[in-house]
Amino acid sequence: MSINDLVNGSYVKWMDSPQGNRDIAISCRVRLARNITGIPFPHLLDEASGMKTLELIRKAWQDSSGKVLPAMEMVTYDQMSALERQVLAEKHLSSPGHAGSNSSFRAIMLNHDGSLAAMINEEDHLRIQCLLPGLQLKECYSQVQELDDELERTLDYAFDENRGYLTACPTNVGTGMRASVMLHLPAIQMSGQLNQVLHNISQLGLAVRGLYGEGSKPIGNFFQISNQITLGQTEEDICNYLQTITEQIVEQESLLRNQLHRDMKYQLEDKIGRAYGILSNARVITSDEALTLFSDVRLGVDMEIIEGISLFALNELMVAVKPAYLQKLGGREMDVLERDIKRAEVIKEKLKSKEVQ
Amino acid sequence: MLCDECKEKPATVHLTQVYNGQINESHLCEDCAAQKSGLIFGPSHKFSIPNILGGMFGAIYNVQDVSESSTKCSNCGMSYQDIKRVGKLGCSECYKVYEPELESSLRSIHGNSKHLGKIPVRGGEKVLVKRQIEELKNQIQEAVREEKYEQAAQIRDMVIEMEKKLS
Repeated sequence: MSINDLVNGSYVKWMDSPQGNRDIAISCRVRLARNITGIPFPHLLDEASGMKTLELIRKAWQDSSGKVLPAMEMVTYDQMSALERQVLAEKHLSSPGHAGSNSSFRAIMLNHDGSLAAMINEEDHLRIQCLLPGLQLKECYSQVQELDDELERTLDYAFDENRGYLTACPTNVGTGMRASVMLHLPAIQMSGQLNQVLHNISQLGLAVRGLYGEGSKPIGNFFQISNQITLGQTEEDICNYLQTITEQIVEQESLLRNQLHRDMKYQLEDKIGRAYGILSNARVITSDEALTLFSDVRLGVDMEIIEGISLFALNELMVAVKPAYLQKLGGREMDVLERDIKRAEVIKEKLKSKEVQ
Repeated sequence: MLCDECKEKPATVHLTQVYNGQINESHLCEDCAAQKSGLIFGPSHKFSIPNILGGMFGAIYNVQDVSESSTKCSNCGMSYQDIKRVGKLGCSECYKVYEPELESSLRSIHGNSKHLGKIPVRGGEKVLVKRQIEELKNQIQEAVREEKYEQAAQIRDMVIEMEKKLS
């Protein structure tokens, strides 16, 4: 697969579902922020110094004798259309802010399945990430660390003995690491415990965000949980802490799912069946409505109330219903109503084909 | 005491705001407070990350006021005022130039100001050795506690060797 396939196709590594049909933790990510010593951070960059950063990184990539780096592809954002860049953000391979910029010195590097990505000249010179399905933070860290080591052989990273890796924003300094987990918590929401759980998570020093990270609203019971502190803890400690807390949330969600099924079997099956009914029969549907209903159907699939739909297909749909990807599918720009119609079509088609696992 | 805003109802909410080291106290009735807190915390308020971070740079923790100072980072030209305004530093050199100011900001963000994580192999050689020395010194103390003096002496010799390398 190439960057072209990653943009045009529907598959990205994180969509695989490693734990069979039960995945309360949908995907996990470890991201490292790195900068090159002496060069102003991207928010101050002009064309010339932006190109200088890009060329240094390009050289590190081209000259690399490592395993990971040479297997990645690089493309600058002026070579992609706005729609294509937006698709990258919808697939969690780039950030919305970075993807929004048509610039010759902003670029992305991706490996064949999109599990490794490096954003060039985002908020920092380099933001490298590993994004995997399920809850496997240690694996994420180990893969992103390998990429980091290979880059570091050539690049002079901005590093200080006391402050660690230096970043544009002081909230990232130190390890420069943000580890996050995407969780689906419908039972916690239905049982009325959501606010309490989210409050507890933030009390534990973790941040809770929506599906698309910073600034995005939580929708469809999908939440992203990440570490806030990057300085004064080791990378392993940060991963372990997030892993431990996530496991507890997953356990709680799991318990509540069983309880729901025991105490409110008919109401639950009714809710899930109705969601499936709307999704497979709607002619016009907004993105928000679709995501909300996906949550119910996903719960149904997890709890084996609905059969014949794979979680992989649902993960694919979560991206396929986003505006840029829909327009990519349609092969043209569409207004809101046209997108809502196309979205309903795509969902209907996908649910009809019912990929059996 | 009557409410500062409506001057009609008794003030039951006492609000203290600290902004750029300036303390602003207001005494409000419940209704006016609800309105005001809506302004402060509501979605329409620009409670954005740069604003919050800008606040962290010296606002809350009474860091010496450097607003009068004309210091600029010689590498990127950012003044401390600029950093406070955008909530970001300008380049890696800024971390050295504004080290004292940053110390308390970093503590307020992370509860800590010393890096314990990964060290790059290139450019971080000395730091790696220093960290190994720290580790060995801890081992010496451990050995002494367990009365393994011979072992402690051996480790001490290793530390001396490594310290020679550093200088």
